[in-house]
Amino acid sequence: MKSIMMNCKEATKLLSEKRDRPLSSKEKTSLKFHTMMCSACRNFDKQMDSISVYAQSYIKGKDDDE
Amino acid sequence: MTQNPKSKPSSDSAKGESAGNLSDPKFLAELRVLMLKFAKLQLSDESLAEDAVQDALIGALKNAGNFKRRAALKTWVFAILKNKIADILRKGQKYVQASSLLNEDQEEDNMDQLFRENGHWHKHERPANWGHPQEAVKQDHFWRVFETCLHALPENQARLFMMREFIQLDANEICESLDISTSNLHVMLYRARLRLRECLENKWFLKGENTEARIL
Repeated sequence: MKSIMMNCKEATKLLSEKRDRPLSSKEKTSLKFHTMMCSACRNFDKQMDSISVYAQSYIKGKDDDE
Repeated sequence: MTQNPKSKPSSDSAKGESAGNLSDPKFLAELRVLMLKFAKLQLSDESLAEDAVQDALIGALKNAGNFKRRAALKTWVFAILKNKIADILRKGQKYVQASSLLNEDQEEDNMDQLFRENGHWHKHERPANWGHPQEAVKQDHFWRVFETCLHALPENQARLFMMREFIQLDANEICESLDISTSNLHVMLYRARLRLRECLENKWFLKGENTEARIL
């Protein structure tokens, strides 16, 4: 990352990748800096969590609790 | 993963009416449909998918113990199926053509619709606050939307997404079994997630029936 100020495209890419690989501390810092100021990317991050939860609920008998 | 599909759940309760779930033809038929859907998305080859489902069901029928809840039985049967699919994928059979993994032009168009030239969100594409996302799982209609969005993904993206988020295969394992690079995998998963979240937001969270979401 060339500067500490990353844009939303870069931030969301890292927010996706952190689910598949560990981020470097430099990446983590820039990401933290960005999401602190960007509510849209914060929402994106939470949505990624939700999607993982949905994926697991989907195959674990979501509609059948009897 | 914590569950071990080989071991029977240690339910010591008496054989209630729920014990014979797999002998309930309606339940079995529904389960089979769901399993097949899942397997087909993973293994583009239909007959391989049928085989995996068949094997998993036979294994399940052989060992079906007592399950207090159908959900527990379903989890267990899917765990068996997940293992069958993972075995097939691990055998190194390459169902994803590396060359067809990236459809660059089309994907760039999609990215341009989401992000401005400076890489920030277009105003109307900014992800919204989904409110209480856990409430959605209780609603049948949400799951229909979820399936619609999943099936709207380009096939290769859907398959990788399911390998990662449904079967929870390790990223390295996926790259090895499909013979794709790590960066390819990351890009594909990123695009799948971008599409999926956009679809869920537009088709569910910002719809009238769900008033939780607010654009902040």
